[in-house]
Amino acid sequence: MSFIEARNIVLSFGATPALRGASVSVARGEILAIMGPSGSGKSTLLHCLAGILVPDSGEILFDGKRVDKLSETQRSTLRRDHFGFVFQFGQLVPELTVEENVALPLLLSGTRRKQALPEAGVWLERLGLEGLEKRRSGELSGGQAQRVALARALVAGPEVLFADEPTGALDTLTGEQVMDLLVASAREQGTTVILVTHEPRVAIYADREVTVRDGRASAHASDRIGS
Amino acid sequence: MSVPLTLLGLLERQSSHGYDLKRDYDTFFGRGKPLPFGQVYATLSRLARDGKVEISEVRPGDGPDRKRYVITDIGATEVHTWLIEPVEPEPHLQTVLFAKVVLALMLDLPAEEYLDTQRSAHLRRMRKLNEIKSGDNLVDALLADFGLFHLEADLRWIDLTVARLDALTKAVRP
Repeated sequence: MSFIEARNIVLSFGATPALRGASVSVARGEILAIMGPSGSGKSTLLHCLAGILVPDSGEILFDGKRVDKLSETQRSTLRRDHFGFVFQFGQLVPELTVEENVALPLLLSGTRRKQALPEAGVWLERLGLEGLEKRRSGELSGGQAQRVALARALVAGPEVLFADEPTGALDTLTGEQVMDLLVASAREQGTTVILVTHEPRVAIYADREVTVRDGRASAHASDRIGS
Repeated sequence: MSVPLTLLGLLERQSSHGYDLKRDYDTFFGRGKPLPFGQVYATLSRLARDGKVEISEVRPGDGPDRKRYVITDIGATEVHTWLIEPVEPEPHLQTVLFAKVVLALMLDLPAEEYLDTQRSAHLRRMRKLNEIKSGDNLVDALLADFGLFHLEADLRWIDLTVARLDALTKAVRP
């Protein structure tokens, strides 16, 4: 039973085709890695699944409902209430402290600051970031910043976590630490994870992987899914 | 690398004399280590004994008679089964994978699918090594890392090869 699904997605940027009939299906609580070379369309597929981009044709379903039929405002609400995001670079707001950055999704959803900051503190402790609450992003190492981004992505209890090259800017050891925390947190919370990466050492944290090539997604032979 | 299977693969492409098989083997797979004539004919004799090749014609030559070998259904099945099966993921398997890719392209078989299957086998093996790392034993983790980095190098080769398949096809199918 799929929880989030893309069916025969086609999307072009002007005259350049990015996705040419990509299909992928993810079960609730599953961790899926989307792999592929640069320019293959893997990030575009993730953005379509997350309701950031709307495909020219095809369907995106989340928990049985059509995401591609929603208005921009409805998709924005869906992302805020149900999804979390971790990207490779530049995700933290430099003017805010670490704890404010982590609390941001809660504050945007209307949670009072008095309640949001302690909740952020719980996640900071869980990800080994206690003591850094008052720092700003410029005062953090790459690994610390990525863990803060992970805490912020998970603080509101998303049903799906989208991670696009989450360790792309980190060294091997720090990247492993971030992935260990990401996977452990997701398993603990029952969060579905869709992970875009070109690195096999990151993809192996997933339950299975699909490869996007020339705008089409294909499951590997051992665990082929609808594509 | 399996010499019998590689010779069978070359015969699946077209029937050949032993001399032509040696020439093609040396061109595509020898890499500075030519196959001795004795090994070519000994291998062909064993393949004929096992019903994997047959002699289609015999012509007298200056020295020994020239025999043309043709692959049988049994031999062809063995080649195709071998090509489809992923290689046991371990360091230094590139020569086998390399032979499979080149033969698949020569035979107009789906090399990309074979490489995808191999990638999947590699990732499964890497997952197992990653599980070892999740334990508390740092020495085990160190050893697992050694395997992981080597398998990752294979995967990079696989991905690069997939990206070059069109050009490779032209290189091996004149």
